[in-house]
Amino acid sequence: MDLQEAKLKYILHLADNALILGQRLGEWCGHGPVLEQDMAMTNISLDYLGRARLLFQYAAEIKGGNTTEDSLAFTRNEWEYENVLLVEQPNTDFAFTVARQFFLDAFQFPYFSLLRSGKDKRLADIAEKTVKETAYHLKWSGEWVIRLGDGTDISRQKMQKAIDELWTYTGELFEVADYERLMIDGQFAPDVAALKNDWETKVSEVLKVAGLEMPAPIWMQSGGKTGKHSEHLGYILADLQYMQRAYPGMEW
Amino acid sequence: MTQEMDFKQKVEQILETVYDPEVPVLSVVDLGIIRNISVHGNEVRIQITPTYTGCPAMALIEMNIHAALDKEGIENKIETILSPAWTTDWMSESGKEKLKAYGIAAPMRHAKVTTAYFEEEDAIPCPRCLSLNTKKISEFGSTACKALYQCLDCKEPFDYFKCH
Repeated sequence: MDLQEAKLKYILHLADNALILGQRLGEWCGHGPVLEQDMAMTNISLDYLGRARLLFQYAAEIKGGNTTEDSLAFTRNEWEYENVLLVEQPNTDFAFTVARQFFLDAFQFPYFSLLRSGKDKRLADIAEKTVKETAYHLKWSGEWVIRLGDGTDISRQKMQKAIDELWTYTGELFEVADYERLMIDGQFAPDVAALKNDWETKVSEVLKVAGLEMPAPIWMQSGGKTGKHSEHLGYILADLQYMQRAYPGMEW
Repeated sequence: MTQEMDFKQKVEQILETVYDPEVPVLSVVDLGIIRNISVHGNEVRIQITPTYTGCPAMALIEMNIHAALDKEGIENKIETILSPAWTTDWMSESGKEKLKAYGIAAPMRHAKVTTAYFEEEDAIPCPRCLSLNTKKISEFGSTACKALYQCLDCKEPFDYFKCH
């Protein structure tokens, strides 16, 4: 794999994370537990879709030919998607959505802060916008982990269950894919493995304030970053891609 | 040189008539999203920057800028730049006044990126009755750039254009 190929795969990995999580959060539209949180989740979804577009546009330019941001989003199959498994996990309930968001935000805030000084100017610029928005998301998700953990018996149980069940998908955040290795070595991308300890410290601090237990070390799921996904992704893509699959090239 | 400056001034005046479709009292100049205007012969090149990455108004704003300049027969190119990232610090003072008159509380302070939980925030004055007895309902409001507040005196809910 040469650097250009690695760069394309790396950008798609970031774009896929943003698109799939944006789609998941969008599923809450009209179904939030209260109106304000419905709006919060769909606002965050919108930030993710905006980020996905910037990244897909960049990837499409690199790939060239007839590739567009839309063809990348709407015509690739599951195994061509490189998002982490965590983002494709179902919303399940509000606590799961909050836990998934918190695990990711706590990872993405330092991650995009570092990407701002990466050697690729375009990615650094995208990261600069992303960091500011991720700060809002992290405040939102972290505060909800604390509120629910420190709330009633039921809210604490639900929050703990979500933390425990999603924990197995957090290990992949710090695994380096082969395309990513080249980007890290070239100082284009932050080294995810180096972010693990700080992330665990941050997460354990918030869980402590929330009165929640830090999960015990367990076997970690992985594969999403190299295209090996859970069954959930197929259903997400079926929903997301239906119109373009049924009516290729349609516009509205 | 003077001719170029006159031309640029004319372009600026036209841009002041292009409004944010979601906050229709603010022009693109008030919003601070016009980052640079340069003249190249008969053509003007404008750099704009998005407020939020997912702001759905950006495409329409770009189209409206083209339309306003085309109407005056001015050849134009628009380039979107992301860095430095837009901040409410770039919003004009007159823009903030227009917001208040429209019923949206204007950004209060210098924008900074913070991730502290349950942060004590400045009291945001109600744009209707000016009371400081207000509370935040949600950090995320009717558009990406606004938070939702309520005045505890006059009871009116209102949007706050948040510091970003």
